Amino acid sequence: MAMVNVIIDGVSVQAEAGSTVLEAAQKAGINIPTLCYLKDINQIGACRVCLVEIKGAKALQPSCVYPVSEGLEVYTNTAKVREARKGVVELLLSNHPSDCLNCVRNGSCELQDLAHQMGIRKNRFIGEQSTFPVDERSVAIVRDPNKCVYCRRCEAVCSKVQGVSILGGIGRGFNSTVGPAFGHALDDINCTLCGQCVNVCPVGALAEKDDTDKVWGALADDSKHVVVQFSPAVRVAISEEFGLPYGTISTGKLVAALRRMGFNKVFDTNWSADLTIMEEGNELLDRINNGGTLPMITSCSPGWVKYCENHYPEQLGHLSTAKSPQAMFGAMVKTYYPQTDGVDAASIYSVSIMPCTAKKYEAARPELADSGYRDVDAVLTVRELARMIKQAGIDFVNLPDEECDAPMGLGTGAATIFGTTGGVMEAALRTVYEVVTGETLPKLELEEVRGTMGEIKEATIDLNGTQVKVAVANTLARAKEIMEKVKAGECDYTFIEIMACPNGCVGGGGTPIVSSLQRRLLNEDYRALRTKGLYNDDANLPLRKSHENPFIQKVYADFLGEPLGHKSHELLHTHYTPRKKYNVGCNE
Amino acid sequence: MGAGAFVCGEETALLTSVEGKRGEPRPRPPFPAEKGLWNVPTFVNNVETLANIPVIFTEGAEEFSKVGTAGSKGTKVFAMAGKVNNIGLVEVPMGTTLREMIYDIGGGIPEGKAFKAAQTGGPSGGCLPESALDTEIDFDTLVAAGSMMGSGGLIVLDETSCMVDISKFYLEFTQDESCGKCPPCRIGTKRMLEILDKITLGEGTMEDIDNLETLAKTISSSALCALGQTAPNPILATLKFFRDEYEAHIVDKTCPAHVCKKLLRYEIDATKCKGCTLCARNCPVGAIVGTVKEPHKIDAAKCIKCGACMDNCKFGAIFKA
Ligand code: SF4
Ligand code: SF4
Ligand code: SF4
Ligand code: SF4
Ligand code: SF4
Repeated sequence: MAMVNVIIDGVSVQAEAGSTVLEAAQKAGINIPTLCYLKDINQIGACRVCLVEIKGAKALQPSCVYPVSEGLEVYTNTAKVREARKGVVELLLSNHPSDCLNCVRNGSCELQDLAHQMGIRKNRFIGEQSTFPVDERSVAIVRDPNKCVYCRRCEAVCSKVQGVSILGGIGRGFNSTVGPAFGHALDDINCTLCGQCVNVCPVGALAEKDDTDKVWGALADDSKHVVVQFSPAVRVAISEEFGLPYGTISTGKLVAALRRMGFNKVFDTNWSADLTIMEEGNELLDRINNGGTLPMITSCSPGWVKYCENHYPEQLGHLSTAKSPQAMFGAMVKTYYPQTDGVDAASIYSVSIMPCTAKKYEAARPELADSGYRDVDAVLTVRELARMIKQAGIDFVNLPDEECDAPMGLGTGAATIFGTTGGVMEAALRTVYEVVTGETLPKLELEEVRGTMGEIKEATIDLNGTQVKVAVANTLARAKEIMEKVKAGECDYTFIEIMACPNGCVGGGGTPIVSSLQRRLLNEDYRALRTKGLYNDDANLPLRKSHENPFIQKVYADFLGEPLGHKSHELLHTHYTPRKKYNVGCNE
Repeated sequence: MGAGAFVCGEETALLTSVEGKRGEPRPRPPFPAEKGLWNVPTFVNNVETLANIPVIFTEGAEEFSKVGTAGSKGTKVFAMAGKVNNIGLVEVPMGTTLREMIYDIGGGIPEGKAFKAAQTGGPSGGCLPESALDTEIDFDTLVAAGSMMGSGGLIVLDETSCMVDISKFYLEFTQDESCGKCPPCRIGTKRMLEILDKITLGEGTMEDIDNLETLAKTISSSALCALGQTAPNPILATLKFFRDEYEAHIVDKTCPAHVCKKLLRYEIDATKCKGCTLCARNCPVGAIVGTVKEPHKIDAAKCIKCGACMDNCKFGAIFKA
């Protein structure tokens, strides 16, 4: 890598040619403030918060996009720079509701941080404030354009990472804002509710729909038997909310916290992830052996499922009919569990903790009521759960490790890795291989499918002489690439895993928000760190193959019969709905 | 996507627009000559620049340089408009004075009214006062005088123009045309416009002038593109040359040019009024009282400042104060 010498505030540093002043300054020990900048995703020099003085340049320059060059002299802290940055932040605040005390981002807001850092005690600029309508229609995401600072990070992630391009600049001048075309509500269009936009929003303009009151209400209601499941990625993501290092597995503390909050039973979505593998693995074999639609594509990511319904409605036959682990759990907890415990199914209130905003949408799908009730009554993101734990005053970090309840609380390592890209594939193959070949897998770790953000991974597996080609994709932009091939009939894969979010659910839209600054300071992508945590968890668990889970064997013996059997079809499989891109206006 | 947006005259916004995206400037570097349209090196030039090239080729550089000033060679096309008898496009040698343009070419100011200012450079430019009439204008002298060549617009203003109102007019334009990408321009020009509005309504304070200056400084030093960076110019120039007009609005609550409606009063000169009652009959809100053949009076509290009375008075008895 070619290096150039630059001088930042009198300090000489070497910076990679092609890197920016912002990056070089970080090497010189200076964290220039930013707002619209988001590493690798949004570098547009728009917000003017990162302005610096460059020797020889007439105007102040945005350090996030200004390229370094040999001998470049930069001043990051002159009076002119400070005054300009402060002025810009004051202007932003002059069109911002000073609503911090009532705001979901109070304490984790990048605008708040800037105002504090700039020492703004009184705003010199006052005037009219925007009054856009707030979009609260969807069950998953709330969009309040009045808090939007027009950083365009959501727009960049939705178009560049997800390839969905729902969000874009609308209006001119003071009326500029970001939103779906023609002011449509997210609910009316092809938004996947993946929540990636929420994860990158520096302020409270995009947030998950808050269901914490609903859950507190259920917990306070003595007539309700409140059960909870938490998905694979939650056990790792929750740690960050309590200051633990990225990648820390906190399963035991999480269980303890949920018990202290008052849940009657604490179960684990890992149990139903193992169940998913049993059903989906057998469905795959069934499709291979009986000429079913191939490639079969996983269906456990609701962001992906909605994307497929909106964008490839004619390809829905490729989706596995197996429900997602959340949905399987929901159906089982109100049918199977009452049989084992004697609880009245009607009194059960089922809550799930998910790394995902789209899971709120999944839970609300009308067809997911096979138990005779709503299978899942409330979905909380990791962020909402963390808020509740904090509200309850629970000292999370110092909790003892506790174990989940039986019979739906035990999962294998195969289930744990559902939380990351490639994990469902690896888990499925661990089981499918042994079912088909009758032999024990020589090596459990299927490195070929373990990918990173925005990667497509391929592998070929030898199943008793049959070569099965599989692919794994994360992010919807990559899903689109695969689907274009599937659509064109140019796809020789047998089985494909798709997760909507970057790195899979560890990067889900309901996970803790990692600020732009934190992302810059970390040496590794935070999602990759969460993934490492899950792989460690898998490696440390006594059971690592879904079919070896004794509680899964038990549920088939006592209740379901066999995979793909009658009861499974009734409770564990589902169908999909072709959808237009827009419910309103015209469709192309 | 440009949709006729003013900002798409900025080269990077133009390129972004041609690429089919929302017309918004992007930071330079990289300059279009390195990374322009679809990231390939691109030259962007004005038609006027290109129009000069054939002359240089056919007549030679030396011949071309004979016209113009030391720093600005050749000719310049101005779009002359406003309070001037001959409006239209004029091509003059660089170095022509404003006086020559307005009085010799433009034929002076209609109705023998007094010159007040020449606005050059479009919404990014500034207003030059009478003292600048004999400046030989070229790129450098205009900047030194507090304005700019910009688009080559030349708008002549006479004694009936209010300079605060003129600033407001330009700010309304930049605010409408701001692409919104950066906060200083998106929000800053709105804040300046709000202050100007306040002043023209007679609600301004002297602090507002300081605030205008602070905003101007913040915006010009931090906006992304020239549209925002130069948006404060009309205000800065009028504050420099016509500060007394701002102060009249703020301190005396009057608009010296009688433009700002809120600060305007219609009055009847009792010595000229014949009591014909025509004004009273034309007033839409019945604000004029008086008996036939007696001088009439306008009830300022009722008057909506529509000017109907003044237009109808045959004796010139009604005046703006
Ligand atoms: S978005 Fe940030 S600055 Fe705005 S109200 Fe919420 S916490 Fe406060
Ligand atoms: S939820 Fe996902 S698809 Fe919808 S706007 Fe946000 S990033 Fe785009
Ligand atoms: S909604 Fe959030 S991420 Fe999107 S532009 Fe506004 S502030 Fe930025
Ligand atoms: S990848 Fe995971 S977090 Fe993202 S939409 Fe799918 S299930 Fe939700
Ligand atoms: S200065 Fe104005 S027109 Fe230029 S980029 Fe900023 S907002 Fe857009």
